[in-house]
Amino acid sequence: MSDTWQTGPGPRRKRPDHMTIVSGMTGTAPPTAGTVMSATGAGAITARAVIRTAAGPGGTTRLETLLSDPPLTLRRTGPARVHLVGSGAGPLGGDHLTLDVDIAPGTALEIRSVAAMLVLPGPADSTMTVNARVGAGASLRYSPEPTVLAAGCTHRLTVRLSLAADAEVFWREEIIFGRHGERPGRGHSRFDVTVADRPLLRQDLVVGRPSVEGSPAVYGHARCVGSSLVAGPRWSARAVPAIGNDPPTAPVQASGDGWTALPLAGPGVLVSALAPDAVELRARLTRGEEAAERIAAGRIVAW
Amino acid sequence: MGVNHEDPHGDHVLPHGRALRLGIGGPVGGGKTALVAALCRSLGLAHRLGVVTNDIYTTEDADFLRRAGVLAPERIVAVQTGCCPHTAIRDDIAGNLDAVETLEKRFGPLDLVIIESGGDNLTATFSRGLADRQIFVLDVAGGDKVPRKGGPGVTTADLLVINKTDLASLVGADLTVMSRDARAVRHGRPVLFTSIRRDTGAREVAEWVIGLLEDRPRERHVADRTRTASETA
Amino acid sequence: MRERSAGEAALLLLADSRLPAGGHAHSGGVEEAIRLGTITGRDDLAGFLRGRLATAGLVAAALAAAACELGAALADVEDMEEDVEEEDADDACRLWRRLDAEADARTASPALRETARTQGRLLIRTARRIWPSAMLDTLARAVPDGAHHPVVLGATAAVAGCEPRQAALAAAHGSVAAPATAAVRLLGLDPVAVHGLLAALAPDLDGTAHAACASLGGARSVEWPGLPAHAAPALDLLAEGHRRNPLRLFVS
Repeated sequence: MSDTWQTGPGPRRKRPDHMTIVSGMTGTAPPTAGTVMSATGAGAITARAVIRTAAGPGGTTRLETLLSDPPLTLRRTGPARVHLVGSGAGPLGGDHLTLDVDIAPGTALEIRSVAAMLVLPGPADSTMTVNARVGAGASLRYSPEPTVLAAGCTHRLTVRLSLAADAEVFWREEIIFGRHGERPGRGHSRFDVTVADRPLLRQDLVVGRPSVEGSPAVYGHARCVGSSLVAGPRWSARAVPAIGNDPPTAPVQASGDGWTALPLAGPGVLVSALAPDAVELRARLTRGEEAAERIAAGRIVAW
Repeated sequence: MGVNHEDPHGDHVLPHGRALRLGIGGPVGGGKTALVAALCRSLGLAHRLGVVTNDIYTTEDADFLRRAGVLAPERIVAVQTGCCPHTAIRDDIAGNLDAVETLEKRFGPLDLVIIESGGDNLTATFSRGLADRQIFVLDVAGGDKVPRKGGPGVTTADLLVINKTDLASLVGADLTVMSRDARAVRHGRPVLFTSIRRDTGAREVAEWVIGLLEDRPRERHVADRTRTASETA
Repeated sequence: MRERSAGEAALLLLADSRLPAGGHAHSGGVEEAIRLGTITGRDDLAGFLRGRLATAGLVAAALAAAACELGAALADVEDMEEDVEEEDADDACRLWRRLDAEADARTASPALRETARTQGRLLIRTARRIWPSAMLDTLARAVPDGAHHPVVLGATAAVAGCEPRQAALAAAHGSVAAPATAAVRLLGLDPVAVHGLLAALAPDLDGTAHAACASLGGARSVEWPGLPAHAAPALDLLAEGHRRNPLRLFVS
């Protein structure tokens, strides 16, 4: 069992009693071992990793829980930053991975990953589920490396993101349609975001199905799709769209080649991008993320 | 309001309690937008106006009117018609009704909402569900045979305006012929000749519109007075 | 209980492009796709329609089915009780707003939200005159600037006597029929060939309507969060680009 949970910034603590490991995997694997073990065909994995923050003294953030479960291996890499380190290759078909994230009120955390998550085929569908709750006044930045749907895989990604009314979040997802030169596997991601229990965003993205493949209405000729959601009170007071069909009078720079920053009906902006490759996808998302900041600052009237 | 089947030419009772809706239609280039601008100049001071345009390219006419400065820009709304200006004023008037009601909601009450159709052919007329009265605009440069050809626009519009009379001698159009032919097919409904380039207020057309506004039933105002009287008593 | 046998004929009326509710002025992204050169002919259009049905079409169908189910339930309450309690009317308004909020959450593009509300406003104006009902009045009151079009379509379907599956079918049909017509007008495509594309999609339309209803049952708002939310990033990009193009013939 990997054991990279830490507390901080205070002294190390014992693992709380309520923490149990769901995985059938045992042993004290090094941080990257989950990948290796799943790739050796030791059978389908069910893993649940947990990240919880708590308010530390003087308004700091303490990592109350950092529970790895291979292949979801977590490592603290900064005062308020955690990396997923065990995701170089995997999940394999049949694996069911879950990441639970709980950001306590008033705390802040950034979650990243060291490498793309390569989803490979297997005897059954693979799933990745992320449940994240962000409390009052808390903030979460979630920006893992892309998910690559290798040919032949069937993967289901589910994200449930629940925000308190004044929580702030940055959430980026990138999906690559297969490794270089190969056809994409099948993917279905579902993203549900609520703010104070009201729906902010619900999105299914389906990849590698004949209904959407090559459709100029869905991805066109793109090989990657990505989105960055920014949400929080900074996006709540926006110019209300005018009734009628008059063109916007304010200079609008919220769209560019292959990207657009979409002010949502609720307090948030969704940056959406399509691109021929992962590098270009990130560049386009970055442009959109900058536009989203300009929207928050009121420099773009989001009609 | 419903269609009055007894009276296909639309001499139905004018509305009260809302703005008069005046449709202005006619072929491309006849001067519809110029007439709308002229009416705004002539009527804008004494009446509360709104304008809906249906140009094929969304905002072309609306932009012209805004540049002309004849009406506050926000009182001009453009409606897209999906390549079918004809459909938008006759078969499926929902987009135009929405625009009219949006103007009335924003600026209401209004006295007059002018709905300018996109340039179309001689068969294009407004639904009575959209326009209470309609003007069809031709110009002399289209040829002096046009009134004789007739078509629903020429024959049934409440007012036929023949514009650009200043060009008649240049294009060889005989105004007498046009007038005679138009009167022959219109069974007594009025025809006016204009040169909006010279008469930038389209004075006679404006007077005709003022006549419509004054003809509108007064029930609402009478009722208002009655209530005031009883309250005073 | 209300008479349901009118469903099929009512479905024809609802799906008819001649229903005077402003549908003729919408291209569903086709005008912008043509401007950008991503639709140049029949084959591109076929792919466009296929993808549009699988995403925006499915979502519209699901919302329409949910709205139809809710509308029928509310109309039944109104039928049973002569005087609808004010409390019931408030509850009905709340439910309509919640369903409309679910539509908002599934429509990330502001341009598409505005389009959906404009179309919804146009349809409810038309529907209330054709099928006058307290239920449609309540919906209009609940969302005065116009509920999302699929929500209004579903409510209208309910008052016209359709089943949720029929409401879904009308929504799915509209999601491809309007763009197909727009392409005929803008590219001068052979209208028979384009209708052939729609005919080839007919089994998918049925499948979409079926899928749209799969997660429904009993007008329970608890099911709405789980309704399909299939996104089409290219449609979002097209809608935002179209909104900013002053030289456009279509509303969307």
